[in-house]
Amino acid sequence: MERLRVLVTDDEPGMTAAVERVLKDYCVSLSGVTGEVGFEVDTALTGEEALEIMEQRSPDILLLDYKLPGISGLDVLDRVTAGEAETLTVMITAYATLETAVSATKRGAWDFLAKPFTPDELKSTIRKAAGSVILSRQARRLAAEKRMVRFQFISVLAHELKAPLAAIEGYLHIVNDRVSGDDLAAYDHVFERCMIRTRHMRKLVMDLLDLTRIESGQKTRELTQTDIVEAARHAMETAEPEASQRNISINLEAPDSVLMRADRAEIGMIFNNLLSNAVKYNRDGGSVTVALAEEDDTVTIKVADTGIGMSKEEVDRLFDEFVRIRNERTRDILGSGLGLSIVKKLALLYGGRVHVESKPDAGSTFTVTLSKQPAPDPVQLADTAS
Amino acid sequence: MSDASKKVLLVDDDVDFLEQLKMRLEAMDFEVLAADGETAAYELLKETRPDLVVLDLMMEHMDAGFNLAYRIKKMDKSIPVILVTAVESQTGMGFGTGGWLKADAVLAKPVRFEQLKREIQRLIN
Repeated sequence: MERLRVLVTDDEPGMTAAVERVLKDYCVSLSGVTGEVGFEVDTALTGEEALEIMEQRSPDILLLDYKLPGISGLDVLDRVTAGEAETLTVMITAYATLETAVSATKRGAWDFLAKPFTPDELKSTIRKAAGSVILSRQARRLAAEKRMVRFQFISVLAHELKAPLAAIEGYLHIVNDRVSGDDLAAYDHVFERCMIRTRHMRKLVMDLLDLTRIESGQKTRELTQTDIVEAARHAMETAEPEASQRNISINLEAPDSVLMRADRAEIGMIFNNLLSNAVKYNRDGGSVTVALAEEDDTVTIKVADTGIGMSKEEVDRLFDEFVRIRNERTRDILGSGLGLSIVKKLALLYGGRVHVESKPDAGSTFTVTLSKQPAPDPVQLADTAS
Repeated sequence: MSDASKKVLLVDDDVDFLEQLKMRLEAMDFEVLAADGETAAYELLKETRPDLVVLDLMMEHMDAGFNLAYRIKKMDKSIPVILVTAVESQTGMGFGTGGWLKADAVLAKPVRFEQLKREIQRLIN
């Protein structure tokens, strides 16, 4: 059971004892918390004593009397507000006037409890405070997790950018040192590798820009009547050169046109990423089939390849950022590791989803369903999509 | 040159690093066998006994480099093995040369070629 710490500060010992008695066995169940929340009570008879206790361990909730023998309740409140601990202060007062309430609220009090109060009034106030403590705790945890994810993303990104730089730099040194002699032709493959790594580094940067634009919701979306079939044909043309080099055929199974309200660039990104993967991870002489269908309010895009496929464990990790399935078969395939997270985030913008079916050595089928309904606001989506 | 026609097996899944090392060692008249992974290395080892192995410790499987180093030493203790690893610089974890792995040298990535060259020359003669 989760326990919240309560510190009761009042100069009447009978009062602190009563509060302790009431809260000792009091449990509340709050939404968003599994199990009940109980309370651990500390007591202090003066402001000085309260500050001392708080220095040792800060309470989640502070019940604080206005009128104290030494430093006043408001002085204690000021110290709490100035401190770093996340403590909710509930002022106890015998003369609750609007004025005192306003001044204490300004100084950081969260709630009031008018003296004399019944056990039920105390419980109800504590219950409210506990809800707020738990809520802000969860918000903090979430924010910390988000920071962590961001940090991890950046460190992986830095690594992904460093790798091609190191490769290119190494090749430059080789040419600079004339390792293979003075004949420039001896370095043909060196230049070729440098160009390949540069191209992929650029792709990574471009994907990254796409991704941040989608996530930030700052990308201006132009929703127009868009023909998905035409978008598919366009992406097929883009993928064609690489495919034909490796004897991979790309086929389209679709009606003459499938119309939906969409941003052309976004639909293009979905197709380009799916097709580029389907070619990249295919076998030489394999095939890619793009199938489009429309059903009431949804459009379904299926891209199937005859490639190396994936195991169930690999599929589970697939949509994470920078996850590139690393094994002997994928080693020579370069990618940014961002393509599928882009596809997934875009699908979400259209109230859709991405589904993968895959069999090792047989191939993978990516199914993207998009809703024709008006797209939700991408700004709100930034949270749910991450 | 005494190093002439000595065979060096390079194992690293970073194909560009592999290629660069190969070019440099070939320029020094070594015969270079390059393997971009565990499987390729085992294939090469079936047919040839290298005079020295340069091995990246971390390939696609966490323990691929360890396994390979172990197998090579088991096959022939006298083949010098130089381990190349980014692990030390990333984690501060040391391997040393006296442990169970019995590598003859351990170099941290990024590897400076001059340093690798010195180790190769020291171990191969």
